[in-house]
Amino acid sequence: MTENNKALTTKAPSFLDYAPAPESTSILHLKKHYGLFIDGEFVDGRGDAFTTISPATEKEIASISNANNADVDVAVAAARKAYDRTWSKLSGADRGKYLFRIARLVQERARELAVAESLDNGKPIKESRDVDVPLVAAWFFYYAGWADKLDYAGLGPNPQSLGVAAQVIPWNFPLLMLAWKIAPALAAGNTVVIKPAETTPLSAMIFAEILQQADLPKGVVNIVTGAGETGSALVNHPDVNKVAFTGSTGVGRAIAKSIAGSGKKVTLELGGKNANIVFDDAPMDQAIEGIVNGIFFNQGHVCCAGSRLLVQENVHDEVVDRLKARLSTLRMGDPLDKNTDIGAINSKAQLDRIRELSNVGEAEGAERWTAGCAIPENGFWFAPTIFTNVSTSSRIAREEVFGPVLSVLTFRTPAEAIAKANNTPYGLSAGIWSEKGSRVLAVADKLRAGVIWANTFNRFDPASPFGGYKESGYGREGGRHGLAAYLESAGWAAPAVTKGSKK
Amino acid sequence: MTIEQAIALAPAERAVNLIGSDLTEKSLKLHLEGLSGVDAVGLEQRAAGLGTRSIKTTSKAWALDTIIKLIDLTTLEGADTPGKVRSLAAKAMLPDPSDASTPRVAAVCVYGDMVPYAADALGSAWSNGSDNGINVAAVATAFPSGRSSLPIKIMDTKEAVANGADEIDMVIDRGAFLSGKYGVVFDQIVAVKEACRRDDGTYAHLKVILETGELNTYDNVRKASWLAILAGGDFIKTSTGKVAPAATLPVTLLMLEVVRDWHLLTGEKIGVKPAGGIRTSKDAIKYLVTVAETVGEEWLQPHLFRFGASSLLNDVLLQRQKLTTGHYSGPDYVTID
Repeated sequence: MTENNKALTTKAPSFLDYAPAPESTSILHLKKHYGLFIDGEFVDGRGDAFTTISPATEKEIASISNANNADVDVAVAAARKAYDRTWSKLSGADRGKYLFRIARLVQERARELAVAESLDNGKPIKESRDVDVPLVAAWFFYYAGWADKLDYAGLGPNPQSLGVAAQVIPWNFPLLMLAWKIAPALAAGNTVVIKPAETTPLSAMIFAEILQQADLPKGVVNIVTGAGETGSALVNHPDVNKVAFTGSTGVGRAIAKSIAGSGKKVTLELGGKNANIVFDDAPMDQAIEGIVNGIFFNQGHVCCAGSRLLVQENVHDEVVDRLKARLSTLRMGDPLDKNTDIGAINSKAQLDRIRELSNVGEAEGAERWTAGCAIPENGFWFAPTIFTNVSTSSRIAREEVFGPVLSVLTFRTPAEAIAKANNTPYGLSAGIWSEKGSRVLAVADKLRAGVIWANTFNRFDPASPFGGYKESGYGREGGRHGLAAYLESAGWAAPAVTKGSKK
Repeated sequence: MTIEQAIALAPAERAVNLIGSDLTEKSLKLHLEGLSGVDAVGLEQRAAGLGTRSIKTTSKAWALDTIIKLIDLTTLEGADTPGKVRSLAAKAMLPDPSDASTPRVAAVCVYGDMVPYAADALGSAWSNGSDNGINVAAVATAFPSGRSSLPIKIMDTKEAVANGADEIDMVIDRGAFLSGKYGVVFDQIVAVKEACRRDDGTYAHLKVILETGELNTYDNVRKASWLAILAGGDFIKTSTGKVAPAATLPVTLLMLEVVRDWHLLTGEKIGVKPAGGIRTSKDAIKYLVTVAETVGEEWLQPHLFRFGASSLLNDVLLQRQKLTTGHYSGPDYVTID
């Protein structure tokens, strides 16, 4: 497949290129400045305001308040008051009504949320529109259904909420991670102070408007914006009962240390260097799509991305050739264009990290191949890249790049695939591609990863628990397991067995 | 073997080169069963993804004209008359009488006995075996069921070719295929291909209809596509239009993937024709996108891609009028046949 595939890979102007199809931003009614959302109101932060930019153009979108320690105090106090006076006293059915209302409002304002998300994050509109926002609504609908059924969550009768939850979320799925955190917390009866990432606070601000629209009691959800210091003040606040964090392993480790011994319940959802295993009997065309979706979805800014491709040696060349041909059809550019497949890298800092690790990969002797996408002048861009001839000891095979960079390794037997897949300090997700069901099950059984996809990748469902092994964190989000992270068993005693019931 | 040699080879020899000199029922079966499997969920997901591409203004104008150029305007009814076929031919030549810039369709597709009337009605617009003009395609081989003996299928084909058909749309024997007699299907395609030979040594183009709705599984569609190409088909076509489901986007995507793989293997370019069930411009544009992103835009030419459709053309014409005039007109502004 060298000479013949030229027609398939060389870039010619396409009829898809003739007319860009940008999503209109007129649906957005953005304010120039956003404050913090505390006790049901937008208030100004006491720290210096910062600006959020569009990573695709580097243009400023809005200025955002920075919350300092005093702001965090106020937010936690508001959450405590709401917990004591209102939210913990509501019936589950009533909490459920609020959550259903939020879910429906998310659906109503879906387009606006999608545009805001793509503008602020740089992800393609087709992903925010078709994946992120629908999942956000699904998460609220799902946990709305649980709110009055906590007795059936597997924790015994009448499980208790924890109190105030401090939640810190990352920039890769700003709104979705917010939903993953807030929906189960509220369903279980907790109140929340959440901090979105400093580069992507915009959709959280629109979400705050939705909370006002939904008439959610004041203080049940509070949003503080800012960088690492704000997050640190929040998780270390003495009046917080539960900490939930999604982000890098480094920060997760620091959080675990700082709250150790405080009695706070904690869930951490951290990094990953996940194996995507392709056996020689895989459905080839779908496997190629799955590899693309596994690592190039959301520019590779996915903690469960299939960044380590393990290919059976006898199909390695075929897979790599097909992958290169497929990548040559990916369209990189304006995230708001409905035809864009690959958007912008979220920040300069992240772009630098991806570049650095890619250079390391080359220096280590791996073979680098980059899709021939045109790079726009402004903004942060990194074209889809594949590294072949990667050895297991390479840094790019071990460290999380968190970008559109795929490392390809080979294996010869299922046992070797399993050993290599498990040979990582992480354990968040894995993918298996094979037409043979018995092989899929046998391999999945031996992989140490929280989520294992068979013949698909990067699929999320609110009913399915998500979380990691080892340095990928602890605790689970989603499903009733995600609910358990926000509940305490009220103490469960086996029902007394009477003589009558023995019959 | 070089690629040029592969193209020049007769179908059976080409298959021998690929499978080995022991081209038997068994070796053919082994070869077809060695093809990569198809994951239905993944295939349908990919097709759905391609269907969300957004096409605007200038691209849309290009797309609409391209669709017209790729249409096999079709009438395949038991009630077809010479008059109906003449009317179809007239529309093929001048699809929109109110706009002379409207391109002509690729071909008219009729039953074999209607070929002389179609050719006659097309007159100087008829390609008559040349590269220019409108082709006359004839369905043959006991269309649509394919349930007759091979000599009858061959006669059916020969008659249509003798009548002047530029293209033959044959159906495969689904009964033989589903019972695993791949060799029977292979032999029939080879025989029909031979029956497409004209006296001067040239061949009418052979489109092989797989009737994917009856093959049922995507794995079968891949096997049948590969088999049809191996046996010398110039085109692989989804459906007769008489069985539901007819053409679907996932099935067409799968057939395009087979064509792409064959091209990578041999350098040869095989055509694809989704037929039946494609009624709107919006749907047809999804197919254009799928072609462009699977095998490349090079395939968006009449000798490599066709739409088998009768009602699609009118919707395209209405959309085209909308682009030129700025407003929608009703169905009475296009002709009914």
